[in-house]
Amino acid sequence: MHPVIDVRGAIKRYGAGEASIFALDGVDLQIHSGEYVAIMGPSGSGKSTLMNIIGALDAMTSGEYLLDGIEISSMDESALSVVRGRRIGFIFQSFNLIPKTSALANVELPLAYQGIKGPERRRRALIALETVGLADRVNHEPTELSGGQQQRVAVARALVTRPALLLADEPTGALDSKSTSDLLDLFDRINAAGRTVVVITHEDDVAKRAKRVIRMKDGKILSDSARQVA
Amino acid sequence: MNIFEIIRFAIRGLNTNKLRTTLTTLGIAIGVSSVIILIAVGNGSSKQIQSGIDKLGTNTITIMANRGGFGRQAAARNTSSKPLTVGDAVALADPIKAPDIKQTAPVASANVTCTNGTNSSTPGTFNGTWPSWFEASNTSIAKGTYFTNDDVTEGRRVVVIGNTTATDLFGTVSPIGQTIRCSGIPFTVIGTTEVKGSNGFQDGDSLVVAPITSVQRSLTGYNNLGSIVVQAKSAKVQDLAQTEINNIMDAQHKITNVNNRDYRTLNQASLLATSTSNSSVFTVLLGVVAAISLLVGGIGITNIMLVSVIERTREIGIRKAIGAPKGAILTQFLVEATILSLVGGAIGVIGGFIGSHFTIIGVKPVIVPGSVFLAFGVSVLIGLFFGGYPASRAASLRPIEALRHE
Ligand SMILES: Nc1ncnc2c1ncn2[C@@H]1O[C@H](COP(=O)(O)OP(=O)(O)O)[C@@H](O)[C@H]1O
Ligand SMILES: [Mg+2]
Repeated sequence: MHPVIDVRGAIKRYGAGEASIFALDGVDLQIHSGEYVAIMGPSGSGKSTLMNIIGALDAMTSGEYLLDGIEISSMDESALSVVRGRRIGFIFQSFNLIPKTSALANVELPLAYQGIKGPERRRRALIALETVGLADRVNHEPTELSGGQQQRVAVARALVTRPALLLADEPTGALDSKSTSDLLDLFDRINAAGRTVVVITHEDDVAKRAKRVIRMKDGKILSDSARQVA
Repeated sequence: MNIFEIIRFAIRGLNTNKLRTTLTTLGIAIGVSSVIILIAVGNGSSKQIQSGIDKLGTNTITIMANRGGFGRQAAARNTSSKPLTVGDAVALADPIKAPDIKQTAPVASANVTCTNGTNSSTPGTFNGTWPSWFEASNTSIAKGTYFTNDDVTEGRRVVVIGNTTATDLFGTVSPIGQTIRCSGIPFTVIGTTEVKGSNGFQDGDSLVVAPITSVQRSLTGYNNLGSIVVQAKSAKVQDLAQTEINNIMDAQHKITNVNNRDYRTLNQASLLATSTSNSSVFTVLLGVVAAISLLVGGIGITNIMLVSVIERTREIGIRKAIGAPKGAILTQFLVEATILSLVGGAIGVIGGFIGSHFTIIGVKPVIVPGSVFLAFGVSVLIGLFFGGYPASRAASLRPIEALRHE
């Protein structure tokens, strides 16, 4: 079986000439279905850059990226929007909820863009919010929710489309320890349900939950627990 | 993703920032209504001038003596110049030589002051003429009667007076049957004319009209007519009538050189043409001012749309990250811009209609339908273009670029 994520020779370069930076300097990475992976490394090592490319939010300068065996870099905008909407759930450190919009409407949004009708959409969004423990907060706007609650809305929004892949870039970076452990419990359950989870983190607590830890430095993969074991 | 869904998003987007939405709508509304009102004012003033001229009389040509002037031509003219006479007016009324002339009226005018006891009034127009003058000059009687051909033959001292003169001399009392003195000569008032109003140059109601014979006998003498009023059979034959006048008058006055006539003619139609073109210049000028205000309003809309899109670039990034297709985002912003400009434009049209009910700088505005469509259309197009352009740019960004936007 081919890997869900298959990145080969990924290079991401910012700027040109003398001043150019290689945010990714030749990264090879394969992640299989159902894995729970933590990516660690010092700030500026290229973790977010890699994650954005995996999440189809950014394009690389050169290299190959196959998602479920399909080449992403050759896709046009409309195909990419389908990939983003259906195959990938992305969670940001800063939550990125739509402001002044209720939790329910935020969670319904990806379904709306898929053309799913009102009642069905609402039903599924409510289930997703229930899954993250926010059944009693569906009509609250982002500013009326705590950081932990906002991040759980974001998780519900990422999960509501039933993606195979859940990507999270420092999801606990802005949370207190209680919210962090709640969120990590949630990730455990999501992974136990068969979804592939990839998390960027600084914190060892977070990395401990993962079954595989990848360390990056200067745009390269320094170590990969999967390879050490092998 | 159907269109109703997108419209819902757009309305939610507009609701999210009510102040901005209100201000943009207001800006469009003011631009649109000022265009409608300004053009209506221009149009109203031209209508006003036109109706003032209509009141002077239709299809009429006025003949005046060509006295005075400067230089050699004037001097040459003076040697042979003959005054206008009642005989000229009679000759012009010849139905064979002048088939396109309906009727004529000689006018002897004088500058006099009329009194009634201690009240006095100096009429702007004091005419001795024939009864035909009333129709030729589009003057009708409000109360009392016209004087008759018999009054002219007999030289009776009767007058018809205008409203201003009547008020000056009699206040609210009915002047009919009363006697007034003009330059000391007594005249009996037999009628008052319908109110004409001002034509912009002259008060049409400061008026005294008497049989020409009585005026000539007691005030002006017999050889100095002020003018002859000629009424053509219709506006269409006015040019033919003009030719007939020239032929008859040239014969009457033994004119050999048509460049050296001792009379001149004043054509209502040409007067109308001049002043209509003057007032259309005025309308164009107001239109330009209005267009500038619409343009300034348009720049305002553009600015707000631009700010609105830039402010929400991050939101666009979020939407794209969760799978929004470019088209859906673009449509949302276009619908937002359309709603703004439609609502603003509609309010502006209503405001324009309301504003046009008031008299502005002495002019009763008359709405030009074209200006309504123009103002509305331009505001909608501006909204669409300047809302659509930045939105399309933002929607084309990679999600991560849009998300990085602060
Ligand atoms: N938009 C950008 N323009 C220029 N350089 C960037 C940009 N984004 C990231 N970088 C650079 O790329 C490198 C990797 O960044 P990033 O992937 O965000 O690191 P991490 O997430 O591991 O902290 C850093 O040196 C950063 O300065
Ligand atoms: Mg980062």
